Amino acid sequence: MAGAAVPSFLATLEALRQQVSEAERQGDRAEAARLKEQLDAEARRVTATVTPWQRCLIARHAERPYTLDYVRGLMTDWVELHGDRGFADDPAIVTGLASFDGDSVVVVGHQKGRDTRDRLYRNFGQPRPEGYRKALRVMRLAEKFRLPVISFVDTPGAYPGIDAEERGQAEAIARNLREMAALETPIVVVVTGEGGSGGALAIGVGDRVFMLEHAVYSVISPEGCAAILWKDQSETQRAAEALRLTANDLLGFGVIDEILPEPLGGAHMDPPLAVRTVGTALRTALAELRRIRPADLPRRRYAKFRKMGAFLER
Amino acid sequence: MVWFRRAGRESRVPEGLWVKCEGCREILYRKELEASLYVCPKCGHHHRVSARVRLSQLLDGGNWKELFAGVSSADPLGFVDSKPYAERVKALRERGARHDAVLVAQGKLDGIRLIVAAMEYSFMGGSMGAAVGEKITRAIERCLKSSYPLVIVSCSGGARMQEGILSLMQMAKISAALARLHQAKIPYISVLTDPTTGGVTASYAMLGDLNIAEPGALVGFAGPRVIEQTIRQKLPEGFQRAEFLLEHGMVDLVVPRQELKETIARCLNHLT
Ligand SMILES: [Zn+2]
Repeated sequence: MAGAAVPSFLATLEALRQQVSEAERQGDRAEAARLKEQLDAEARRVTATVTPWQRCLIARHAERPYTLDYVRGLMTDWVELHGDRGFADDPAIVTGLASFDGDSVVVVGHQKGRDTRDRLYRNFGQPRPEGYRKALRVMRLAEKFRLPVISFVDTPGAYPGIDAEERGQAEAIARNLREMAALETPIVVVVTGEGGSGGALAIGVGDRVFMLEHAVYSVISPEGCAAILWKDQSETQRAAEALRLTANDLLGFGVIDEILPEPLGGAHMDPPLAVRTVGTALRTALAELRRIRPADLPRRRYAKFRKMGAFLER
Repeated sequence: MVWFRRAGRESRVPEGLWVKCEGCREILYRKELEASLYVCPKCGHHHRVSARVRLSQLLDGGNWKELFAGVSSADPLGFVDSKPYAERVKALRERGARHDAVLVAQGKLDGIRLIVAAMEYSFMGGSMGAAVGEKITRAIERCLKSSYPLVIVSCSGGARMQEGILSLMQMAKISAALARLHQAKIPYISVLTDPTTGGVTASYAMLGDLNIAEPGALVGFAGPRVIEQTIRQKLPEGFQRAEFLLEHGMVDLVVPRQELKETIARCLNHLT
């Protein structure tokens, strides 16, 4: 599963990053400054030449901030809420109450694990139906108590397993799409890493949709697309290009509202900075959305999604 | 643009007087298979039918008015795999596939005025791109305006990869329209036929007030091959079939094709 190994195009960057922190640890300021310059140059080089497939790898980087990192970095009084009230609690999606700038908010988000054990526990961020149902339950709670919803999207996709099918993975996703469209409370979505198809969209219907600079969002993974259309896994890079899954592409298609810049080289290079950038975007969006009557939000949300898609008409 | 069209007598089953059943491999007389709505008289296998045949089976007198016929697929990504997507679509249209992967019609079912959208599997696996999304959304909006009930007969491999993220967004677009239909309390019956998977199942196909599946239909979110690769074991017999979905509470009914029209009519009479 993606995550642990450092992709080769990031190897020099990773090595420099470690050398800088080592020099800083030893108090060698001159050496640290010299290495930092090299690091910045390499980060600029990586950013300038980054391909869509490389963005996928950055989006999957194991040190990239995850939902709980944003919660820790931006919010206080976090109370995690568990369970869908029907079957189980799904650790691949976290939900809870928190204070953001002194106001209470509801947070939902995919959650990936950092080490092997945690990754397994979080099922690599691939939710089962109960995860989506928990998210919907908590979003309903937000509507009832007039709290805005902040949703962090970062998943390879909904879990494709026997149990997930038995419990209605498709139904759970479908219901969220319908219910989120009609939710009478502000919803702000941030695609922070991997926007893996229906499993991402199931918590991704919102009044504002942001996307981090190197995040990707696609109908299918490049690997899956290559296997189906080219019948060849080695065509993954080509598929990543063909799918037009970068933040720039999505902004052009009108699928997202704004791209949030990442620290040079990617969010993992400076997680606190990435978290702060997201915080600023959330602050502005929530202030704007609070000015709209909650009952008017579904109509506006409908107009937003109604426009999506290009077709011909004669 | 709309026009009136009489139901044709076309079918997907290959040319010739005799055809082989895909279920039991028996050789069947075409006329007999046609008369049994393409359900094998020997083994009950439900053969896939075109959108046109589906409408002629469901709508009174085989008469209907096609809606939104002018909407067709664009190529917003400039997508190229072994062949450019735009050429694929063009070739299909030149071969007479004019309504993309869904045919929307207004007509009567047992006297009940309604709108039916039937998906066309032979058009790129019934995949949902923006043309499909737009036609289904307009169908829902037409139902909202006219208060006609909606029936969608799904038959699709899911979202159309060649339209990338914009195909995914059709799930949100259609589901948002269904939220309005839901609030307006206008009945929507989803008919799931073989196969219905991926983004179609994970949006409108599972959102019916009633979900009705045809016997033996494969219905699921992830395709069986993807699941097998993930869990590295063989899937149990009957997994993701209509009867499995009924057992797990995901559909209201499994109804043989011969009883489908009557069942829809009875349900709609209760709901309207
Ligand atoms: Zn047979």
